[in-house]
Amino acid sequence: MRLFLLTLLNGITLGALYFVVASGFTLIFGLMRNVNLAHGSLYLLGGYLGYGAIALTDSWVVGLVFAFLVVALVGMALQVLIFRRMQGQDLRQTLVTIALSIVLADLMLWIWGGGYYQVQTPEWLYGAVTLPIMVGATASGEPVYLQYPMLRLFILAFAIVVGLLLWPMLNRTRIGTMIRAGVDDGDMLSATGVNIQLVFVLVFALGAGLAGVGGVIGGTFQAIAPGEDVKTLLASLVVVIVGGMGSIVGTALGAVLIGLAEQIGSVYLPTYAVILTFLIMVVVLAFRPQGIMGGRQ
Amino acid sequence: MHFTRSYVLPAIAVAAAMLAPPALAQEKTLKVGGLATLEGVFAKNGEDSMRGIDVALKEYKNTAGGYKIELIKASSDAKPETAIRAARKLIEQDGVKILIGPLSGSEGLAMKDFAKTKPEITFINGTSAAQDTTLRDPAPNFFRFWTDGAQWSWGLGEYVVKVKGWKKIAAIAEDYSFPYTLMLGFALDYCGHGGKIVSRSWVPLGTKDYASYIAALPTDVDAIYVALGGGDAIAFLNQYQQAGGKAKLIAGAITVDQSILTSKGKAREALLGTPAAQPIADNDDSPAWKTFAKAYQDAFPPDQRFPTPSLFATGYYIATKAMLEGLNAVKGDLSNNHAAYRQALSKLKLQGPTGEITLDENRQAIAPNYITEVVEGPGGSMINRVIKKTPPISQTLGMDRAKFLAFGPVGRDNPKCN
Amino acid sequence: MSVAAHQDGAARPAERARALSIDLPSLAVLALLILLPAFTNRFVLTEVFGLTFAFGIIALSLQFLAGYGGMVNLAQITVAGIAGYMVAVLGPNTMGFGLAWPWWAAIPIALLLAVAASALIGLLAIRTDGIYTIMITLAICAAFSYFTFQNYEIFNGYNGVNGVTPPRFFGVDWTEPTAFYYLLLAFAALSYIAALYVSRSTFGLALQGIRDSARRMEAIGFNVPAHRVAAYVFTGAIAAVGGILLTWHNGRISPGTIGVGAAIDILIMAVIGGIRHPIGPFIGALIFVCLSTFAMDIVEVVIPRERFKLVVGLGFLLVVLFSPDGVMGIVDKIRQSVRRNSSA
Repeated sequence: MRLFLLTLLNGITLGALYFVVASGFTLIFGLMRNVNLAHGSLYLLGGYLGYGAIALTDSWVVGLVFAFLVVALVGMALQVLIFRRMQGQDLRQTLVTIALSIVLADLMLWIWGGGYYQVQTPEWLYGAVTLPIMVGATASGEPVYLQYPMLRLFILAFAIVVGLLLWPMLNRTRIGTMIRAGVDDGDMLSATGVNIQLVFVLVFALGAGLAGVGGVIGGTFQAIAPGEDVKTLLASLVVVIVGGMGSIVGTALGAVLIGLAEQIGSVYLPTYAVILTFLIMVVVLAFRPQGIMGGRQ
Repeated sequence: MHFTRSYVLPAIAVAAAMLAPPALAQEKTLKVGGLATLEGVFAKNGEDSMRGIDVALKEYKNTAGGYKIELIKASSDAKPETAIRAARKLIEQDGVKILIGPLSGSEGLAMKDFAKTKPEITFINGTSAAQDTTLRDPAPNFFRFWTDGAQWSWGLGEYVVKVKGWKKIAAIAEDYSFPYTLMLGFALDYCGHGGKIVSRSWVPLGTKDYASYIAALPTDVDAIYVALGGGDAIAFLNQYQQAGGKAKLIAGAITVDQSILTSKGKAREALLGTPAAQPIADNDDSPAWKTFAKAYQDAFPPDQRFPTPSLFATGYYIATKAMLEGLNAVKGDLSNNHAAYRQALSKLKLQGPTGEITLDENRQAIAPNYITEVVEGPGGSMINRVIKKTPPISQTLGMDRAKFLAFGPVGRDNPKCN
Repeated sequence: MSVAAHQDGAARPAERARALSIDLPSLAVLALLILLPAFTNRFVLTEVFGLTFAFGIIALSLQFLAGYGGMVNLAQITVAGIAGYMVAVLGPNTMGFGLAWPWWAAIPIALLLAVAASALIGLLAIRTDGIYTIMITLAICAAFSYFTFQNYEIFNGYNGVNGVTPPRFFGVDWTEPTAFYYLLLAFAALSYIAALYVSRSTFGLALQGIRDSARRMEAIGFNVPAHRVAAYVFTGAIAAVGGILLTWHNGRISPGTIGVGAAIDILIMAVIGGIRHPIGPFIGALIFVCLSTFAMDIVEVVIPRERFKLVVGLGFLLVVLFSPDGVMGIVDKIRQSVRRNSSA
């Protein structure tokens, strides 16, 4: 019982981290049709930068903000220098971002080396918290409650906040409508006086920033090291394929599903836990290629 | 109709190949190849390996057996195919006669097979420590003066049972062959002295989220044996602490290596007081080790090396020293496919930084091992304090060879002892 | 992806014949390659040219599907890997692992399994297009290499399988370097010719039509999905052959050979060489192999030797940014400007 509850919570909280990173990916691709396979590199960069900022200022929050801002700036540069010139050329964007990710990966290896960076969990998030869920009793009949790491609960809360901010922004505000219109018919939209290029840059920055923040969070409860960029990219891909590109709700669903699959898999089928997630992707593809919440591709 | 464009490049490549000079056999120079992972994530280890070779060559003033030694370095990226390709380049293109390396386990297994196709070259292992490189189907021209993963665990099991009194433990380790090897050595020793391993969690390599593995660890055990390397170890220790885990830990060699003890962050503190076993110990106070450590420190400025030699520098140093001693023993006689030289290597009693090293009938090292405990060192660092040093242990861990082989190759359940 | 107007539109019979005809430049190159063993050392022969052929064949399968079919399939290395692993595991190896069937049973079955896998991947992948195809095939590639890494019963996990060599047949020891070189050359030439021939055939032209406008082809009456899957099957066969040859070349196969890194390498080779013509992947493979073999020696002067990946990445980036048709594109432009200048 205890194990099952813990696994459930673990899956949901892992899904929360995947959501934060994958939401950036789905924003950039789903909304703007920009293929950014360097998304994982942005995650890794955010992790390294956040680590450095925290080492200097001793503040985890500063690290998060710093990572968000700097990686968002990098994202802006990417949008202006590269994606703007290749709007609509999916394959070229793919190849360019793959090349970029190779270059970035080696540069990061050069600067930060092959070692592992563990971002310090801040004091106010450290350790386990007792949840009001009873999982058993001691020998003398006293109830035993579930202990759960505070950090993971925070990540869950963070992800929910991000989701609650993103969803209405895209689906209920004018900005969201503008973005979707801009992708479908940019000329018409600029004719109405909207500076569509600026909107694109900002959305890209937001998506990139989310990846950067994800990197710091990932570095806190896991670790930052070379190779995390590829793993994160693959995880993001699977999440958005399963959930549906361009849909915040879909990304959330996909993230939770994948997170659960990984954690449940690691308890009951440890050897092939990761294969389980790819299997889910294949099944979704076979029966619903656009993803659970995906619209027309 | 499209071939016109295609012959330019091959033609250039061919011309370049023809211009590549053949290996000129200079009078009394011997070309030796050094192969380590100088690319990718393990680059730092590979660099230290090369430093180990350099220290040995410096000690012998670059001469042995009447030859001047010319070292040619090559790099792999820890993938066996790349290692073989690099070895081929050293042998076929650069003309080396002796090859020192490789660094990692799976490269070593591939190198052993490759050695069988090159009977005219002598191969001396670097630090690769897979068991089957010498235990099963060894190559007659492949020599390993370095212990294998099972030997690295020797002595820890007995110590944990007899001195610490931990008779019931759980184990968590990475799911690939090297941790299997560490586990084999540990379990044979531990269970042989009456200990019980009640559960084994094998974590796929590169797992980031340990939450559920930690949740599934049994709580009614005396300690947990952890054989995770690098980032996996750090992630595990961090998450373990935050999940409220308070069990005592026992560490495999890869869990207390320098990269983890010097990592940035609080995770490593979970290791304080953890006993471990490993083939070297940074603060061994034997004169042999101290001399070697000093030679290493003197040879390179502090910002271009580690504070003390890593096991990679040590392993490659030992291999190079063996190569040079062998040459001296036969006065440089490499005739007849190195027949006399190989005989000399097989009979060598090498005085290394960790003690005396000899070879068994499969040309595998018999050498001592260290039991250590993680303690705080000067300046907030963490080091492995030596508790004791075992006498030289063979690859069959003191057992009769047939009996040892009967346990079968390393694997997830080998040996069973619960 | 839509490739700009293809020079070689609907090929008339005369052009088709010319595509395969032996004109002087082609003969010259072929002769050079055939005579190569006479004036190079063993290392360059096998480690540069031999490896180029093996990688080139696999990259060719990607080029054909992408260039002519408009489908970028990053799981070609997976298909190649399945063939290689099956030969290693079904056939003899030096580890005593697997079934040790005779080569004439192991090889055909390995090829069949790999082609079947390619068809399955195709069936799945054609439900998507463009960038989604890339993402899904990348994920499939990652999943399979992960599986081989974790599974010990069939694939021997982390260590892979050692000691896989070409068998003796037709009385020749194909493990001998020169013989093996000719084997690789023969298959490289065969797959090149096959790719060229099929691209000019009715099937190939239909495929290119589908690449340019699937809806139009459907309206005319072509069975679009069937053509696409057939393309996966055809290229799967090429990749399978390349996979077996690569395994024999390395003498082994392990999960690292078929992972995401390898898939990206193959993509780089195909793109750098030029994705529009079957000679592109071989050129790309040659450049890649030369760089990775000799870069350590050349690069040292300018950049530290460990930065080889950076050099490759930058080169790839420059090519994709400025010459999306790769080396072939550059040569094309030079030819065109030469023609323009000479006619001015």
